[in-house]
Amino acid sequence: MDEEIYKQNILDHYKHPHNKGIFSPCSIKQDGKNVSCGDSLVLYLNIGNGVVEDVSFEGDGCAISQAAASMLTDKVKGMSVENIKLLTPGDIYTMLGITISPGRTKCALLAYGTLCTAIKNYEKLLDH
Amino acid sequence: MHNTFEHIKKDFPVLKDNTFAYLDTAATSQTPQSVIDAISDYYTNYRASIHRGLYPVAEKATQEYEKARERVAEFIHAGTDEVIFTAGATASSNMLVYALENTFDLQEGDEIVISITEHHASIVPLQEFARRKKLVMKYIPLANNFELDYNKAAELITERTKIVSVMLASNVLGTIHDISKIVALGHKVGAIVISDATAAVGHIPVDVHHLGVDFLYFSGHKICGPTGIGVLYGKKERLNSLYPGFFGGSMIDVVEKDRATWADDISRFEAGTSNIAGVIGLAAAVTYLEDIGGTKAIHSIVADLVEYAMQELKKIEGLTVYVEADVRKNTGIVSFTIDGIHPHDIAQIAGQNNVAIRAGHHCAMPLIEELGLSATARMSLYFYNTKNDVDRLILSLQKAVKTFK
Repeated sequence: MDEEIYKQNILDHYKHPHNKGIFSPCSIKQDGKNVSCGDSLVLYLNIGNGVVEDVSFEGDGCAISQAAASMLTDKVKGMSVENIKLLTPGDIYTMLGITISPGRTKCALLAYGTLCTAIKNYEKLLDH
Repeated sequence: MHNTFEHIKKDFPVLKDNTFAYLDTAATSQTPQSVIDAISDYYTNYRASIHRGLYPVAEKATQEYEKARERVAEFIHAGTDEVIFTAGATASSNMLVYALENTFDLQEGDEIVISITEHHASIVPLQEFARRKKLVMKYIPLANNFELDYNKAAELITERTKIVSVMLASNVLGTIHDISKIVALGHKVGAIVISDATAAVGHIPVDVHHLGVDFLYFSGHKICGPTGIGVLYGKKERLNSLYPGFFGGSMIDVVEKDRATWADDISRFEAGTSNIAGVIGLAAAVTYLEDIGGTKAIHSIVADLVEYAMQELKKIEGLTVYVEADVRKNTGIVSFTIDGIHPHDIAQIAGQNNVAIRAGHHCAMPLIEELGLSATARMSLYFYNTKNDVDRLILSLQKAVKTFK
């Protein structure tokens, strides 16, 4: 039998997500989608002096994608944009603490991918 | 000839493991040993290109290929000059749409009417055609009980309608559509009527002449055949005047430096070297389905399983089915959701228990959106399934509910 992926911490984050909700105005709002299984996510970030001061998300999807969003928003709150840019998919797997099968990587990395796009778009905004 | 379906799993190498409950035939079916043997026989004993070689194995390969065409044609009650082998339903659909575009001079504002239940294989090629030619796409909605709204269909199909495309059965809801009714509406206004029969062929008897469609297509891999093989049926009168949609070797008459002419038989729609082993494997699959009792018997056994599944699913708290509930009108599909558990998580927990189901939009995003969902979990049943497979799924669902409580 495979290792249990629905560990208590994953289920806790799924059922009682942290940082869930909308806030506006915000520095950047970013949509993310995993069309293969219908997960959706919107990230809201407030960034000041190069640091994520506040972050929240709205979303609908499987336990893995939503727990990852909950955990990742916890992780990046107070983090500098420069450090966020150093995050890798491996950090996300470590954060989740479960083995992610190839079929679930898109779920596990939805929040991460959305965050990367948000940061890129934020930096583009700054350049203008 | 098998008298019962009880020992049928033994014909399928993958299903010999009785801890494996395979409930994902709507994604792809399993392969019986006879099909594997037929493919292996071609590669082992008479591999050659068809229609050309003047040596014994090439003649044998050509004979087997054309015999396969006869078998498959017979299976859907078509003529041998009406059956085109393709790479699958998606290839059939794309090639057909290009051929129609090459044949008919459709004008801006002309309409295509399809059903909301269509698979992306049917929707997207037509949508691209509509984009290129500025055509209008209209969708026949659902009525109650997950059937199509045929009254709305009658309103939508008008003199402006040039193409109507409605699948024979839904791969999400299991519903078998009344294609004859759609054909009558389409032909009354002179439209071409197409049916994607991928979710129906091999599950229910299909008679193309009885249905009356101009074109119909399906994949081999959902009816126990190999992957990468499919069929495009075209009514003879339609094919006679149809310009090809795919070009290259084998399909030509004469090629000059700046132009070419086309073969005058069905080969003008089979460009390049065909998937010969696939064609032979598909014919072996059709032979297998008939040997075990044919599609009528298959549908009856599957209907019993659907009935059983529907009854057992009632045991699961918070479960909603999206399904054609009249089992005689269902090809063997039960889509469902469970409150508070995403379909992907349901499928994962089932998978951990060696129960194969599918979660997602099933390549029918407009339908899933129409249902107000982002995904469903789907069990799909075939003649090699048993009540025990359903029971194993139910146990997994109970486990999922417990996990997420």
